[in-house]
Amino acid sequence: MTTININGQSHEVGADPETPLLYVLRDELALNGAKFGCGLGQCGACTVLVDGEAVYSCLLPIAALGDRNVTTIEALGTLAAPGPLQHAFMQEQAAQCGYCIAGMIMRAQALLQKTRSFTDEELRAHMQPNLCRCGTHMRILRAVRRAAETMRAAELSTKHREATR
Amino acid sequence: MWRLIRNALAALVLLVVIGAIAFAVIAWRPEIAAIAAPPQRAAFDRKDIEQGAALAAIGNCDVCHTAAGGAFYAGGRSIPTPFGTIYATNITPDPETGIGEWSETAFRRALRQGVARDGHHLYPVFPYDHFIDVTDVDAHALYAFLMTRAPVTAPPVPNDLPFPFSWRPALALWKVLYLRPARFKHEPAQSQAWNRGGYLVEGLAHCGACHTPRNAEGAEQRDQKFAGGSSEGWYAPALNAASPAPVPWTADQLYAYLRRGDDPQHGAPAGPMAPVVHNLARVSDADVRAIATYLASTIAAAPGAAPKPPSVALLAATPGKDAAEVFAGACASCHSGAPGAVAIDLAHSTAVNAPDPRNAIRVVLAGIMPSPGEPGAMMPAFAGALTDQQIADLMSYVRGRFGHEPQWGDLVDKVRAIRTGQEKS
Repeated sequence: MTTININGQSHEVGADPETPLLYVLRDELALNGAKFGCGLGQCGACTVLVDGEAVYSCLLPIAALGDRNVTTIEALGTLAAPGPLQHAFMQEQAAQCGYCIAGMIMRAQALLQKTRSFTDEELRAHMQPNLCRCGTHMRILRAVRRAAETMRAAELSTKHREATR
Repeated sequence: MWRLIRNALAALVLLVVIGAIAFAVIAWRPEIAAIAAPPQRAAFDRKDIEQGAALAAIGNCDVCHTAAGGAFYAGGRSIPTPFGTIYATNITPDPETGIGEWSETAFRRALRQGVARDGHHLYPVFPYDHFIDVTDVDAHALYAFLMTRAPVTAPPVPNDLPFPFSWRPALALWKVLYLRPARFKHEPAQSQAWNRGGYLVEGLAHCGACHTPRNAEGAEQRDQKFAGGSSEGWYAPALNAASPAPVPWTADQLYAYLRRGDDPQHGAPAGPMAPVVHNLARVSDADVRAIATYLASTIAAAPGAAPKPPSVALLAATPGKDAAEVFAGACASCHSGAPGAVAIDLAHSTAVNAPDPRNAIRVVLAGIMPSPGEPGAMMPAFAGALTDQQIADLMSYVRGRFGHEPQWGDLVDKVRAIRTGQEKS
């Protein structure tokens, strides 16, 4: 048995230690947000966060996780209460077939956890490893920028409330 | 007695004066008169401009003379050296900030002697110790190409060099010691392709600038030609008998590597070699073939001609924790080594068999990513997925299982240094 930390919860899983995390997420834990695209670390559909870094879960054996924390798209929000990034993707209609979107959102999440202000070039360079074959890139970039703005505005109003309390 | 001291002092002063004059004679270079305006496009033959473009690609000029995201040939890229940081200059024909006032004579002198139009010495990070071999005809083509680029106003960035390296006249002494004409000598007994390749490799392509180790003064060690060097924190593999490639290179394989950016028996270009191969796409087939022909001959001196079998014994000595599982889950889907596998069989990989682990570590950390929109070998980055210890264990495992050489040492420290950007040169 291997113990892994997913979305703040500890799980005992029975898969072999060399099993890539993606298979464990989908087959054992029923966390089907991350997708299997290429299985070769080339498309990004399987992207999740490990200690805040965007990684390909299809090429990350669970033996390598140790006590590091995995975050999947399921932790960002629900259908009823989507998180800021998920909301922004819906507002911008930033999906066509949608297969790459969970990975896109998780890679964008890694950026937004580090900074809310970035140039267009930085955003494109950050998102570059993830592929979308429908051509939805411009909407995806708009959605990430929108989410960054929403999060900045929310932080400002929180600060404002705290200052005026 | 006093007269003796006076005479000795006078002699000393005389010596100093003579020394200073001698140094000035060695170091001083005249200014070459500015031209009123860069030559018009019509002043050049179209064929020369085209040939100049191909030669500039062989010389890899744009790689140093273009800053990240900057205009082509407008300079500004920082080049770290063991002596300090040097910034590449603007070689567009802008009169104020580029080479728009340079006559062809001034350009030729800069190329082959490392002296700017106004007479100041250029640092040998600009490889004039190789360009000294460039013929007048090729220098003319390069001049035609550069003078017909769009002029870009981009003032030079001051170098970040401590004294005495900041004092340019000292470079004259470097040149006395290390600038030698005619690196390449035509060999009538060799084929035309070999001679063409030798002229390019030793001259304009300046392969030795990375693949030959340098001495304390930053000059290539001539007696160690192509014995393997360093570039931007990467190991530049030996291109002589010491080549670490497990399968000896043939001219056809070198051609495939340089032409298509991939040879299944050796690997794909990464690090500073990637833009070199990218640039060669603009070079004629005959010239790429010539370069491959010549380099195959420099490597062919290799004593061990037969591929060496993998050493299995080493594996037991370094059982990294979970390294076999990490390899199975993270690497084996591409690097299975089975026929038809997506990626290179690591038993053939030069990086895995190199004397130092930097290239293997860098490739695992950062992956290999072709420029956007370009074809090329691709490998995902594992910096976020694996810890320093896991990568170090993986390196030991891979070296033990697929390598033919003894284990590398201090791997965790080396991984950490590269990840944090401490590892340089």
